Amino acid sequence: MAGTRLLDEPEIRRATTRIAHEILERNKGADGVVLVGIAARGDDLARRLAVEIERIEGASVPVGVLDITFYRDDIGMRAEAPEVHETRVGFDINGMTVVLVDDVLFTGRTIRAALDALVDFGRPTAIQLAVLVDRGHRELPIRADFVGKNVPTRRDEQVRVALVEVDGEDVVSVEEPPGPKAPGGTGRER
Amino acid sequence: MNKHLLSIHDVTAEDIVRILDTAESFREVGTRVIKKVPALRGRTVVNLFYENSTRTRISFELAAKRLSADVINFSTSGSSVSKGESLKDTALTLQAMGADAIVIRHSSSGSPLTLTKWVRGSVLNAGDGTHEHPTQALLDLYTMRERLGRLEELRVAIVGDVLHSRVARSLSFALVKMGAEVTLVGPPTLIPPDAPAWGVQVSYDIGSVLPKLDVCYMLRVQRERQRQQYFPSVREYARLFGLTRDRVGMLPEGSLIMHPGPMNRGVEIESDVADLPQSVIEAQVTNGIAIRMALLYLLLGGAGPHGGEGL
Repeated sequence: MAGTRLLDEPEIRRATTRIAHEILERNKGADGVVLVGIAARGDDLARRLAVEIERIEGASVPVGVLDITFYRDDIGMRAEAPEVHETRVGFDINGMTVVLVDDVLFTGRTIRAALDALVDFGRPTAIQLAVLVDRGHRELPIRADFVGKNVPTRRDEQVRVALVEVDGEDVVSVEEPPGPKAPGGTGRER
Repeated sequence: MNKHLLSIHDVTAEDIVRILDTAESFREVGTRVIKKVPALRGRTVVNLFYENSTRTRISFELAAKRLSADVINFSTSGSSVSKGESLKDTALTLQAMGADAIVIRHSSSGSPLTLTKWVRGSVLNAGDGTHEHPTQALLDLYTMRERLGRLEELRVAIVGDVLHSRVARSLSFALVKMGAEVTLVGPPTLIPPDAPAWGVQVSYDIGSVLPKLDVCYMLRVQRERQRQQYFPSVREYARLFGLTRDRVGMLPEGSLIMHPGPMNRGVEIESDVADLPQSVIEAQVTNGIAIRMALLYLLLGGAGPHGGEGL
């Protein structure tokens, strides 16, 4: 595979475990905590975190999936309407601490959209952000509460997250910009 | 996807799958406390209705509003049209006001196509004469797929006045495109002579068709057709082609009863049949909003020819 490997399978596993611990530490347990993953791949990471939290704390936390397409700030600026994924938040977020989960934090525009989407579901007590990779280059005043790995990148590089659930393997890599679009998440934000 | 939706012939089978999948996401939006997303903020949708239609207009209006678009309802009574303004001048006026999409219902077949020559925005056909009503067909497909899990090889009968029904035309074309088996049922005077060319079967005997169906789709009987002598009497029509309790008993278990509305209870459908559990007429209405949201989103959500960065 082309590109430089940033995280391999055991490193992704350890980062996930550590984030699960940090979420429990920050919120003094799993009470009132819900996880909402941003499609695609954020939802898979959220489910992994829920498994870890269950293993550590013996408590099960609800997991939801959020598609932020309808809240994007670039609708109408691309040639085609962006593809829509499933949203499923099957629980009440009022009064809960919502941990938003995504694979890559880049410009922050996806998270801005996700915050708008979340408040349409209710008024959580707090919203926290967990990401597997923070690659910098923020365009909005947004930061993550829990980070798997901070990776300095060039703006035009592509960070690709592959997860077993969708891509058949666990790996994070950074790739040179041009060429045909590789499969895997590159951090939707551009 | 095409820029306009004038006819089912404008969309491919893949487009239809994409529209139905997108509508699925919008169904979820309809279940939220706040049933509104900001996807089409700043876009303007005009409902241009030259024919009365409460349900289709409200459905389009709600769909556009739930996408945060601005909606203008333009109906012929009490407008410049009643003062004799032509379709062209009305279109140019709306164009000058910056309409991004025009939803048109007109009694003349082909008027949506004519409209596309005068405006830059997308045109959506909300029913034109006896030609097509593509959004109705798509919401019907969505409802069938939702309830039965597939469209391929689905056995569907469309019963009634097919000759004058734009719903029947659009629905037949769409179902055939998706690989369903369609049978048109009605008195010979109300079955179009070119029906076999649509890729459908024809039957004049509802009783022989019912036992083999997944979906029984009843069309509204337009009473004025009786005066034009397409059939001898409304009572005879109801006896020969109406969906009665007894006929529902001939339908296989798990099959659906559908109707595009508004219903003539007691004519094409016996009153309490419309309220049976296998009747999904209300679900069709709910799904209509999601389908129209999906279409507006797919047609207006890209930059396309509207400006922005272009292609």
